[in-house]
Amino acid sequence: MNNRTLEQKNPKGMTLIVKTITRLTVGLILLYGIYIVLHGHISPGGGFAGGVIIALCFIHLMLAFGREVALKKISQGVVSVLESFGAIMFLSIALLGFWGGYFFFNFFLHKGKPFELFSAGIIPLCNIAICLKVGAGLFAIFTVLVLFKGLGEKG
Amino acid sequence: MILPFFVIIPLGAAFLISLLGKKLKNFADLLANLATFSLLVFSLYSISQVFAHKILVYKVGSWIPPIGICMVLDGLTSFMLVTVNLVSFLVTIYSVSYMEKYTDKYRFYTLFMLMLAGMNGIIVTGDLFNLFVFLEIASIASYALVAFGTEAEELEASFKYAIMGSVASTFILLGIAMLYSYTSTLNMADISSILSGKPVNTIVGFVTVLFLAGFGLKAALVPFHGWLPDAHPAAPAPISAMLSGVFIKTLGVYALCRVFFNILTVSDRLVFVLIVLGLVSMVVGAFLAIAQNDIKRMFAYSSISQIGYIIFALGVGTPLAILGGLFHLFNHAVFKSLLFLNSGAIEYSVHTRNLEKLGGLNSRLPITGYTSLIGSMSISGIPPLGGFFSKLIIIIAAIQAGYFISATVAILVSIVTLAYYLKFLNFTFFGKLDELRLKIREVPWAMRLSMIVLAIICVASGLLIAPLFKPFLESAVNVLLLANGYKEAVFGALK
Amino acid sequence: MSEYILCFALFCIGLYCVLRKRNIIKIIIGLGIIEYAVNLFFVLIGYRTHSRAPILAKGQSILNMVDPLPQALVLTSIVIGLAVTALIVAIAIRIYEKYGTFDITKIRRLKG
Repeated sequence: MNNRTLEQKNPKGMTLIVKTITRLTVGLILLYGIYIVLHGHISPGGGFAGGVIIALCFIHLMLAFGREVALKKISQGVVSVLESFGAIMFLSIALLGFWGGYFFFNFFLHKGKPFELFSAGIIPLCNIAICLKVGAGLFAIFTVLVLFKGLGEKG
Repeated sequence: MILPFFVIIPLGAAFLISLLGKKLKNFADLLANLATFSLLVFSLYSISQVFAHKILVYKVGSWIPPIGICMVLDGLTSFMLVTVNLVSFLVTIYSVSYMEKYTDKYRFYTLFMLMLAGMNGIIVTGDLFNLFVFLEIASIASYALVAFGTEAEELEASFKYAIMGSVASTFILLGIAMLYSYTSTLNMADISSILSGKPVNTIVGFVTVLFLAGFGLKAALVPFHGWLPDAHPAAPAPISAMLSGVFIKTLGVYALCRVFFNILTVSDRLVFVLIVLGLVSMVVGAFLAIAQNDIKRMFAYSSISQIGYIIFALGVGTPLAILGGLFHLFNHAVFKSLLFLNSGAIEYSVHTRNLEKLGGLNSRLPITGYTSLIGSMSISGIPPLGGFFSKLIIIIAAIQAGYFISATVAILVSIVTLAYYLKFLNFTFFGKLDELRLKIREVPWAMRLSMIVLAIICVASGLLIAPLFKPFLESAVNVLLLANGYKEAVFGALK
Repeated sequence: MSEYILCFALFCIGLYCVLRKRNIIKIIIGLGIIEYAVNLFFVLIGYRTHSRAPILAKGQSILNMVDPLPQALVLTSIVIGLAVTALIVAIAIRIYEKYGTFDITKIRRLKG
């Protein structure tokens, strides 16, 4: 009985425990993902791993609160724009290498210094581009598969 | 300098289209046509570069090749680039009108451009793992394109194709992993030079088998052909033309040639296997094609048969045979894409592909009728069209090399080819026209234009073996004949 | 040597699953097993006995590291595998919508 009233109050998503824990942890997960991306060139990790973690943060939100809440934070249109933008950013960084004479040329700060955040030229920028592409792409795959199930049930 | 642009232009076009194509009308059409046109211009320019420098090596990011990735431009590369970009330019013109009936046209162009980027990447790259990555880009785009209509048959074909294609890709990756463990490098020229310094080992034999299975499946040689007759008819007509015209040649034949002729050495046993596979594909493809009633399915089986000719010619391996094989590759790219575009035009106006329900269309669709007459005659080897010369060269080369029985089989298969193309023409364009179809009109101008241009190339392609144009083909043949000289050529160009 | 043989066994299990199973989802899982077997093999190639992960830390020499190149390549290959799997799963969902079954013996509208 009590259960049912709870469900009527919050028809979407999981129970209160899960929601509370999610509210506490989602920000930390996002922060950790950003850390992984920005330190990709000096420690293990990088654009791909960080992008996956950032995407998982939004997927976590969607699992706990239902898809409306997550899609209100970041809608599908925004996701697809971000994905294309990440790819174009990566390509234009590579194209800017022609400034130094070669495609993908590391055109500024020629030599990376070990253990220094602001070094290694274009590699951190590439990591950010990859993170955008991978994070948006993974989230888009997830939402497409989830929303698709809804369509199938109707038809 | 021009080499990276073969990958940059289609990739950039793909992402720009996916970013802006939804909002701006006609932007996708315009950008896609512009991109493929500029690629065609670049690839024609690359011919002159090859004649001037023989071989050009581009260092990506200015890393020296055994460490960094390099791109190589030689005769074979520029030959394949011209073939791929010529067909893709005409196909994009065609799809401006043809793809109107599908929703989400810009998504089609995005996937198309990704597929083109993958194919161009395979052709220009000089690094084995890079080849695998581009191969997967092209393959994944093609799986999605086959399922583009999302009807039941298309999904089924795409699923079958995706499963078989992915297994083939893992075979190739396994082969690359083994080669890396044996030579500890991934640069093609470097692998070749390290292999020539080591004794013949069973690992190289195993890698050969893995590559043969992997690339053979991508090229749809007969034991591995199961996906092609489903996947090629299921795709929209422009994509069928791309898949049958250039896709199986780039991913299958070109990669096979590059790996076997320039990296691993061609042993006697491999030659025997190539000849047998070629002959079996030729015969099985031709006989299965006769029985088909679906136009596109017939063309798909015919592709298997013609790929058999090319592989057979490469297996014979004399300079004349390789010349014939590459010439036939170019011809087949042109007339098979023409025929698939014709079948698309028939489907566009009549809404069926079943041969038994067609007939007498020549009076209503004259341009489609005459262009497909030219295409069919060229593929079945009627002089003076291009297909006649390439088949003649292959058969003469086989006789000179002493393969009398195989040459006879090739001639007989050519007659069978003529038979089923006559069946196609007879059922489609001659005979009585259905009264309901008296009002159908010829297809839009963009579709007509690309079909006419392809038909003209079909007629004119016989000129490629004329003395004026022959160096274009011969520079490609020389690369394959170089065999182990490839590494010296690449390292020589670096200095 | 035994680890390579185990990789090969895993590869064969995946191949058996793809070739023999009737359920589409099981075929996709089999494809995943094949990919993981090849990736595992690729990583193991770069392994040297008694060496450590290729991470540069302060005050450590570059000696005794496993080969980092296969790991970078395997990361690429995993991404490709992810893309393929996502695409095939999407196709499988659509197939279920059209045919109402996951059994490939009943999904036979195309002949040959």
